[in-house]
Amino acid sequence: MDQSSAENQTLHTASTISYKKKFTFKEFKKGLYKGKYVYLMFLPVFVYYVIFCYLPMYGIVIAFQDFRPGMDFFENAKWVGFMHFRNFLSSPIALKVIKNTIMLNLWELAFGFPAPIILALLLNEIRVSWFKRTVQTISYLPHFVALVVIIGIVKDVVSTEGLINTLRLYIHQWMGNDPSTFKPIVFLNQPQYFRPIYVFSGIWQGVGWGSILYIANLASIDPTLYEAAEIDGAGRFRKMFNITIPGIMPTITIMLIFAIGGLLSSGFEKLILLYQPLTYEVADTIGTYMYRVGLEEAKYSLSAAVSLFSTVINFGLLVGVNKLAAKVSENSLW
Amino acid sequence: MIYKRTIGDWIFDTLNYIFMVFLMLITLYPFWNIFVSSISSPAAISAKGAMLVWPEGTNLDSYVLVFKNPMILTGYRNTLFLVVVGTSINMLMTVFGAYALSRKWLMGRKYMMLLITITMFFGGGLIPSYLLVRKLGLYDTLWAVILPGAVSSWNIIMMRTYFLGIPDSLEESALIDGANDFQILFKITIPVSVPIMAVMVLFYAVGHWNAWFGASIYIRNQDLFPLQLVLRRILLTGAKLHEFDLGYLGGADRQMIFKGLKYATVVVATVPILMVYPFIQKYFVKGIMIGSLKG
Repeated sequence: MDQSSAENQTLHTASTISYKKKFTFKEFKKGLYKGKYVYLMFLPVFVYYVIFCYLPMYGIVIAFQDFRPGMDFFENAKWVGFMHFRNFLSSPIALKVIKNTIMLNLWELAFGFPAPIILALLLNEIRVSWFKRTVQTISYLPHFVALVVIIGIVKDVVSTEGLINTLRLYIHQWMGNDPSTFKPIVFLNQPQYFRPIYVFSGIWQGVGWGSILYIANLASIDPTLYEAAEIDGAGRFRKMFNITIPGIMPTITIMLIFAIGGLLSSGFEKLILLYQPLTYEVADTIGTYMYRVGLEEAKYSLSAAVSLFSTVINFGLLVGVNKLAAKVSENSLW
Repeated sequence: MIYKRTIGDWIFDTLNYIFMVFLMLITLYPFWNIFVSSISSPAAISAKGAMLVWPEGTNLDSYVLVFKNPMILTGYRNTLFLVVVGTSINMLMTVFGAYALSRKWLMGRKYMMLLITITMFFGGGLIPSYLLVRKLGLYDTLWAVILPGAVSSWNIIMMRTYFLGIPDSLEESALIDGANDFQILFKITIPVSVPIMAVMVLFYAVGHWNAWFGASIYIRNQDLFPLQLVLRRILLTGAKLHEFDLGYLGGADRQMIFKGLKYATVVVATVPILMVYPFIQKYFVKGIMIGSLKG
């Protein structure tokens, strides 16, 4: 087994075929002895993975059982096959949460995906390095602030006395209207504002951090390409479109594969902090539904079934998109 | 390179700089407004609200109230416990895992790697993990927040990559001197990996400081609430004003007092992160680079 094939394992685990010499019990004992301290080190890691990663994977069987609160985990509950999947998929709520998940992810894809790329391209055009560094440092900041605080800020900014309504009031007055006729909008109560608030607050928090990957990528573009283009008289836009963007295209493709592959995946931590019953009609997604059914209504089996359903679909989607990408370009995940 | 700027370039540059300044402003303004409001009088908050850009009627009453609130103090204590104990466990596990996986001669290394990488693609999901935590008797203890995330696969792999880059000769010479793997790890490998260690400690510590979800599903006892859960109660799920010891302030505009209080709580919970931020920021970026090199 050479070094490079071992390196590739991170992404190619499933497909790695190794050469193995015939290997005797004596050699096995020797290998065990040689690595005894290393195995000892690995023991807690091994125990952790078995207990906290593989046991829950086994626990997915409850999706096919009728597991009820008060039952013991790993107790054999009544086997019901695909009943919970059928129940979920035939309920009207399934259509709603699947649609909401896709819509929210499409909004993300349309606005959240290009934002860090655009920021990276614009930062790349700034030549004053201290200014560039300052912008970067400041733009990473919200990434490190706790989600609870971020949502607190978002709720404050869109509240009736918040920044947005205050600016609306100024515009209202500036257009010559009487301030007493101004009606603040309760943004978070109105479904039509939910997706924009969710997506744009995400951009506000994450655009700087998301751009790091692309900035690193931009730095690795061969500078002689630019020099050659300048000699040929190319202006900055020419260079941007003919060198810079093609240079980061492989990274963009891979990120796009992940994004499209995640079209039906649904993080719920931010949603459950931000949504409320008034906005469920657009904000309730597969993830939040799974969370509510499982932890608030204690329908464990149904929740596990919803979760497994979305995992399987997501994995299929990722494989499919990757295949497609491999066909149309040279960039793919594996 | 001599390069002549055209008018188009000039316009582009100007707009670009203006945009960047605007970006910095909208990133910082909400934080600034919160800070300024937290040290201003309720009257100023009421009059200016989101437009308060400079402290007015300076008063620190909100902070007095915040620190008089026992929940915030226990929240701080619990979060400190999570950060210190959690990060220590994380680091130990990460270093052990990465060291083992970076021994090229180790028998079975491939299977150990497989054990870890599979979990990056598949997991049991929320409910099985939740039931497991209950089954293990960790429910309503801080261990329920620490143990299920005792190590991150990404970080093991990132650190392993770093360890693989350490010249073999360094470790081999120690081996010849009769050192065992624990001695090599602690006397050679870790001391030459300080940058990545710093990155990891910060990754984990900031993660623990900011985490709220695990605690929200596993912890019912309010005495065990970490700071973020206390914060969620105050900011998002409407803690009541009477939970604070208002004392002589009771008569003033209660709504605005409560607002000032919220802002002060945010400041108290966020300042530790902001204070270390300038130092950690460059390490974090380095960490992301190391992570993205591999693939």
